[in-house]
Amino acid sequence: MNEITKENFLWSALKIGLLGGAIALFICLIGMTEIFSKRAVIEKVITLGQFVLLAISVSCGLIAARRTSQLLRSPSAFSGLTAGLVAGLTVGLVLALFILAGDKINFRAVFLNASPALYKVLTFEKGIGGAWILPAAGAISGLLGAAFPLIPTSVRRPLFHAVLFLFFMALFSGLFRVVIINQGEKGEKIAKYLFGQTGMTVPGASIFFVLVGAISAFWSAFGKQIKTSASNLPKGGKIGLRVVAIVIIGIIALGLPRVSGPFIAQVIVIVALYILMGLGLNVTLGFAGLLDLGFVAFYAIGAYTVGLLTSYGPFGMQHISFWAAVPIAVLVAMCAGFVLGLPVLGVRGDYLAIATLGFGEIVRLLAGSDFLINYFGGPQGVIGIQKPCIGVLEAFTKIDVPRMCRGIELKDPQDIYYLAIFSAILIAFVSWRLRESRLGRAWMAIREDEDVAEALGINLIQTKLLAYMLGAAMAGLGGAIFATLIGSIFASSMQLIVSINVVALIIVGGMGSIPGVIVGAIALIGLPELLREVSEFRYLLYGAVLIIMMLVKPEGLWPSQAAKRELHHLDAEAGTEL
Amino acid sequence: MASILTAKKVTKRFGGLVAVNSVDFEIPEKSIVSIIGPNGAGKTTFFNCITGFNKPDEGEILFEGTPIQKLRPDQISRLGIARTYQNIRLFAEMTALENILVGQHIFLHASWLSAVLGTPNVVKEEQGALDEAKRLLDFVDLTGHGDTLARNLPYGAQRRLEIARALATKPKLLLLDEPSAGMNPRESEDLTVFIRRLRDALGITVLLIEHHMRVVMGISEHITVLDYGEKIAEGSPKEIQSNPRVIEAYLGRGAATEGMETAHERHQKKAG
Repeated sequence: MNEITKENFLWSALKIGLLGGAIALFICLIGMTEIFSKRAVIEKVITLGQFVLLAISVSCGLIAARRTSQLLRSPSAFSGLTAGLVAGLTVGLVLALFILAGDKINFRAVFLNASPALYKVLTFEKGIGGAWILPAAGAISGLLGAAFPLIPTSVRRPLFHAVLFLFFMALFSGLFRVVIINQGEKGEKIAKYLFGQTGMTVPGASIFFVLVGAISAFWSAFGKQIKTSASNLPKGGKIGLRVVAIVIIGIIALGLPRVSGPFIAQVIVIVALYILMGLGLNVTLGFAGLLDLGFVAFYAIGAYTVGLLTSYGPFGMQHISFWAAVPIAVLVAMCAGFVLGLPVLGVRGDYLAIATLGFGEIVRLLAGSDFLINYFGGPQGVIGIQKPCIGVLEAFTKIDVPRMCRGIELKDPQDIYYLAIFSAILIAFVSWRLRESRLGRAWMAIREDEDVAEALGINLIQTKLLAYMLGAAMAGLGGAIFATLIGSIFASSMQLIVSINVVALIIVGGMGSIPGVIVGAIALIGLPELLREVSEFRYLLYGAVLIIMMLVKPEGLWPSQAAKRELHHLDAEAGTEL
Repeated sequence: MASILTAKKVTKRFGGLVAVNSVDFEIPEKSIVSIIGPNGAGKTTFFNCITGFNKPDEGEILFEGTPIQKLRPDQISRLGIARTYQNIRLFAEMTALENILVGQHIFLHASWLSAVLGTPNVVKEEQGALDEAKRLLDFVDLTGHGDTLARNLPYGAQRRLEIARALATKPKLLLLDEPSAGMNPRESEDLTVFIRRLRDALGITVLLIEHHMRVVMGISEHITVLDYGEKIAEGSPKEIQSNPRVIEAYLGRGAATEGMETAHERHQKKAG
């Protein structure tokens, strides 16, 4: 009996190892390993590519050990470690076999990424003789993974956090380096100490490792105490604490673009614009349940309106200031929402998705068409869009010459940052107020059951149209800011993929949830923008994230209040029945 | 007594099927009346004609003298007709309180702009609506369950919440579609008392579709029997109980020896 189970647990470890090996091989063959190898986690010690492969065998070891403790009647530390060793070794062997086979067969005919560079990375530049390193490294890391649960929690958690942090630092080290260098001479010295050209230096990594480990250890030891003492504060103290937190966040938000430089500021602006669009779609889709796959249309309409009204280029119809153009753009987008809403009022479900998709494409094609080239510039787009000016804008003189701004001109992404952040906060507030109003309830009622909502006296036509209009207005505002940020607009930037991104960020964040939109935008738009290395695999990761989300957390990263309130309610009244 | 609702020769067809065939019908004000009939007799279709879900092909429906057969459901609701559904149709992902607040929609007037600005009027209106919703929640014995999602309420509570939501529209006429479905005898007893209270305390006229004969016979002042879309009998509970056409419709020809109570039980068994 015991013999059979023993075989079973080794067999399962082997299976886990094979699976991990397949994943590792997959990552190698899509070219990820090669690209990640140019980036170091710790310079001259370990590259990101190696780190990812090691992480796979460590996880396999961990999973195999855990699985063993479930399979065996009397699991021992030894059997767990054996399983981890087997799993890790298998991962390494799969890769080693690939290298040995690659020496004889040319995989490159099918797999473009099975290049000499990849073999070099996998053999640690030791040629075919280096193939034995991988199984050895796999076995050791598998063993480490299996040993991980044996470490006491107080050590394990800080260790885990520190390693995780190193991974994130490795991903973002280029950004941090630039940010620190920007802080003057002293900053340059610090940056040189902490970071090399491709990753962290050994002292840098050790500092981060110790620091994060210490903070994590401190928090796990005293965190609970701090929390309880904070919740035991008198009411005044709590409010004070909150004010302090808001002030700190405010200062960080205000200072961030100055400290971080234009690139990060631009990424944040893009995220804010997606938040605006997301909040808009959240009204139509999240609240009222009306799917819209052509949402980019309203963004485009807002952008083109501002473009045409403020441009000093050849297509500028008027040359008014940005501030005067924004309300008009929002209004025009609102009207467009009305125009879209009217014909699709009676359309439900899948058909609605197709109809709105058509609307989005029509707007993009019209804007880029030769037919309207005299108005919208066709594929050349509208250029020379005036930047926002806080102060006095002098009169328009002639084409291709911007109006002079006497005052502060919001020229760079770092300046537009404030405008975008302010707009996002404002619209989030508007969304929240709408949600809590009679209108928000009517939308949700329509989402839940249209017929019943109508029988309760809700006018479906008015209420649905209003959802389309207000959602469109929010996206229009986003488009308006986008136009002035870039300074020019092209129909080709209003692709269907933008609409799909917005739908995806709402789903990932949590349908109908306002913080969910923000979290979703940061996760799906901000992170890929920041991670240049990953950008090549953006849609691969995107798809993987969406599938995993739908399987593991279908309600989204930050589900709406009702769901949370409900969970809380159940916790509080566990066991009581009506 | 004046009649609050009058239906004249109402006909509704679905393709070749005549679901409701030239039915005349009258509900006296502040009365409790019932429609009964075997499955598929057209009772719910008739309900849907009154509330505007279906537009009758022929005939006229007058509510307090106004023709309503061409109005939309939301317009009919504003006139003062509310309903519940055979298979409960609450807004499942909304809380109990929110469900009732949606029912109050027609009495709230805040525009989207004033709601965003949070003007004092809006704040006052919302507070008033919330108080009223809590009062209704108490009225149907759901005190303290305002924050529960509707889908997580037990079955009986969902039925009561649906009635509370209908009451929030301040109806003059309340249509209840099989309110006692799935209830045990004790619960149906409570329901009878509750429906009487609606009429006596709130002055609401009640029209019931009901299979539960004990409830129907105990509560109705007037009963109409439909079969294959046609009205085959009407009268007081006593008259209906002894009407041979009704017994025939329920039990089939030659089965008049069985009582209607057993027929109902058989129906329940089939449903279960």
